Amino acid sequence: MFIRQIFRDMRGQKLRSALTLFGIFWGTSALILLGAFGHGIHAHQVKQFHGLGENIVIMWPGRTSMTYQGLPKGRAIYLREEDVSLLKAQIPDLGPISIEYQNWGISLKRGKVILSSQIAGVSAEYGDMRNVIADWGGRFLNETDVNLRRRVCFIGNDLKNDLFGETDAVGQVVEVNGVPFTVVGVMVKKGQDSSYSGRDEDKLFMPYTTSAMMFGHTMADVVVFKAKSLDKHNDVKDQAYKVLGKKYKFDPLDKQALWMWDTAENMEFFSSFFWGFRIFLMMISFATLIVGGIGVANIMYVVVKERSREIGLKLALGAKKGFVLVQFLLETLFITFLGGATGFMFAMGIIRMFPSFDLEEYVGIPSISNVEAIASVSLLMLIGLAAGFFPARRAASLNPVQSLKM
Amino acid sequence: MIKMSGIRKAYNTGRIKVEALKGVDLEIGAGEFVSIVGPSGSGKSTLMNIAGCLDVPSDGGYELDGESVEKLNMSQLADIRNKKIGFVFQAFNLLPYATAFENVELPLIFGKVATKKRQDRVVELLGRVGLQDRLGHKPAELSGGEMQRVAIARALANNPKLLLADEPTGNLDSQSGKAIIDLFEELWKSGTTILMITHDFNVAKRTNRVVYLRDGLVVTKAADIAQGIKSWKHDRQFDTA
Repeated sequence: MFIRQIFRDMRGQKLRSALTLFGIFWGTSALILLGAFGHGIHAHQVKQFHGLGENIVIMWPGRTSMTYQGLPKGRAIYLREEDVSLLKAQIPDLGPISIEYQNWGISLKRGKVILSSQIAGVSAEYGDMRNVIADWGGRFLNETDVNLRRRVCFIGNDLKNDLFGETDAVGQVVEVNGVPFTVVGVMVKKGQDSSYSGRDEDKLFMPYTTSAMMFGHTMADVVVFKAKSLDKHNDVKDQAYKVLGKKYKFDPLDKQALWMWDTAENMEFFSSFFWGFRIFLMMISFATLIVGGIGVANIMYVVVKERSREIGLKLALGAKKGFVLVQFLLETLFITFLGGATGFMFAMGIIRMFPSFDLEEYVGIPSISNVEAIASVSLLMLIGLAAGFFPARRAASLNPVQSLKM
Repeated sequence: MIKMSGIRKAYNTGRIKVEALKGVDLEIGAGEFVSIVGPSGSGKSTLMNIAGCLDVPSDGGYELDGESVEKLNMSQLADIRNKKIGFVFQAFNLLPYATAFENVELPLIFGKVATKKRQDRVVELLGRVGLQDRLGHKPAELSGGEMQRVAIARALANNPKLLLADEPTGNLDSQSGKAIIDLFEELWKSGTTILMITHDFNVAKRTNRVVYLRDGLVVTKAADIAQGIKSWKHDRQFDTA
């Protein structure tokens, strides 16, 4: 009888009920979808960001901007191969470190394919730091390659497709400026939204020793390093300034003598930005849901007014206040639940179907955690309860004499 | 059954204070069939509401079935309405979306009667008012007289000692009205105390006592009653036969 009555009420107020249901439906799906997309975009951006490397410091040679020990400012500071070993020796908290020589517009030849590419001469530690990871069947450059100045190379996945197409590249030979190099690995596909010298998927990596020999480098283009642990990160950066400042005679506080790009710092900014963004999204959907709740409360007030005669009668027949209260509360909860459940299913449907839309590259994969789902549902129930309580209380406190007169 | 002494009831309608009852003393014994008559605004309905524990008096004492009710709270009053009193209204007040069966079932649900027992009771009650073949009908599918019968069956659900009826024949044609009063008479003979408001002289005639109410007071002087009834008959242009 309860349920029938609820449907009867909803039929009696078709448009209003439909709009209210839609409000709750929309509020719920917005809450869940915005939450899920916020989550997806965040995760995607983090992943993209990690394409460059997690918590690494990229250091470039610069020019002094302070006078130091009688030396003028504006002196160029260069980084050399031996600085890497110096830093390694002097900074105990330093983790992996790699020099990087950059060579632009180098001709690569594989069979009939000839193209111009960028070549990076790096150490074995470079791969893990920069998330340049070998796909199945291959490996990154190793210590032996570096020590023996081997003519081996590791290629980005895009470059591999250009050179080899579908065929397997590992073990094959590529000519670099006419010198044959053996491919030891191909990079696994990764997202990368920032770089300092082009995307890794288009590059060819070779041991820095081989690169120095072939191209005659004496000065590093970049040095990439990472602290052993994140809490030593800033410490290691300061130390690097001190050690190199002592060697090259510049003020350790002169941040322009050596440029450092700190991805940990970026990550921190990025994280707080995204949390703000997600909270903003949640507030919007929360507001939508509240508006839906107000709609439900409104319709229930109308229902109470319309049915005050019936309520009066029930009270006259001996119904207790609690009975009337529960009846109206249940009715509101039912409407909220119906709207909420359809909204929830709609949102989940979209989240399920989303991967087939092929938009992953732009917004990531939306996902919702159990905690978020439970929180959304409880929030909805809370709103339903609040929206139902006040009209129900009004119904229960009607005066039977007056409501019967109407 | 009913013992009212010095019952007063005042309403505050904005700035004006209206006193609907100005000290009613009324005693109705068990097994009486009483009609309350009087012009509009004389306080009949207010008296009925107080008698039915739907309203509480501003002043005065009310004892129902030996129990003083002025001090009871809302929940206790609801119990009394459910168990001791049956209401019959002029406008029937049936739930339009519920069947006759469900309408009669309501007070039994509020009285927490077990399902099986409840259903048997509903069938019995509707049989008693002659509607055994109308169980599944909704009010819209019933005639006025039938609706009032359903309402009476509902009023009798929990075997109340007191039946309160506010113009039960007011919305009915004379034929159906007569049948309803016949039913009341039958109930009265089987021991139910009945208190009924009516405007119909012919209906009042059939009760065993008439209480005449005027300006919030029970008129006791015989001459006043005669005068009242005379003017009443005149106003209503009723057939005195």
